[in-house]
Amino acid sequence: MAELIDETTRARSIVLNVPDWPGHRAGQHVDVRLTAEDGYQAQRSYSIASAPEDPRVSITVELLPDGEVSSYLVGELRVGDQFELRGPIGGYFVWEAQMGGPLLLVAGGSGIVPLMSMLRHGEASGASVGARLVYSSRSWEDVIYRDELQRLAAGANGLQVFHTLTRSQPEGWMGYAQRVDGAMLSETAWPASSSPTAFVCGPTPFVESVASTLVLLGYPARSVKTERFGPTGG
Amino acid sequence: MEGSEMRTDGNAIAGVLQEVFVREVTTGRIACAGCGKVEPIGAEHAYTQAPGIVLRCRHCEDVLLVVTQPPGWNLLAFPRSRWIEIAAEP
Repeated sequence: MAELIDETTRARSIVLNVPDWPGHRAGQHVDVRLTAEDGYQAQRSYSIASAPEDPRVSITVELLPDGEVSSYLVGELRVGDQFELRGPIGGYFVWEAQMGGPLLLVAGGSGIVPLMSMLRHGEASGASVGARLVYSSRSWEDVIYRDELQRLAAGANGLQVFHTLTRSQPEGWMGYAQRVDGAMLSETAWPASSSPTAFVCGPTPFVESVASTLVLLGYPARSVKTERFGPTGG
Repeated sequence: MEGSEMRTDGNAIAGVLQEVFVREVTTGRIACAGCGKVEPIGAEHAYTQAPGIVLRCRHCEDVLLVVTQPPGWNLLAFPRSRWIEIAAEP
């Protein structure tokens, strides 16, 4: 464990030095296994946040109510601590620069994490595929990677970011303040005619609603890749 | 919590499947015996809260694959799948 970065009051990035890391692809995850002194084990999956080009692997963990693993990772972990990691895992919810674009990324809450790996990969590889991010958060304070997203949006790659804040908005907020629905997606998503690839990640009801809306907007079902959090149990 | 909220994607169980098949298989395809549809394993519906892991068809919810792991063993059941297609090692 090399570095801790507080992204929001409830989310923390954990930067790791992993011996013999074989490299990963943007969108993959790792399984973290914690073992207590009495031998009790708990395992959770976390998406990798860092770009494949980054020599250090990072994950971003959101603190969940009663989450026995997330409360340790967000609250108690210290630089230099060690834990067991398995990965990289998964091959389906993956984007690599040579797969091209345009890319539509839709995130609910900490569903931004694997999508951030894709955006970082896009920047690091110099790919100009065209990417749009639709990102739903509860409030401006809950937006993970806020400054980096602003920097990427101002950069040469032309990332377009559409925030929506569903619970509270800062004064003078001009952005969206609603759930991601068909009306919002028809204003923000690439038209289906441009053959985009969509990656949708977040809580299960969010992902299912967005994915079915994209299909209604003409996206072929196989062009919409989903990663549902499900009942993570923390 | 409703059943549909328990759902994740086949991609979420890639770690367990990697243990069992000793390679990444979620980009491989599986054919449903119920409705006949063929999809990448990673795109099917996965339920991880059961005793064991259940993969269901995203179209008809038939049970494609069940993985249980008693200590020292991997048990696989294929109640309603016809075939699995996994790329050979390059």
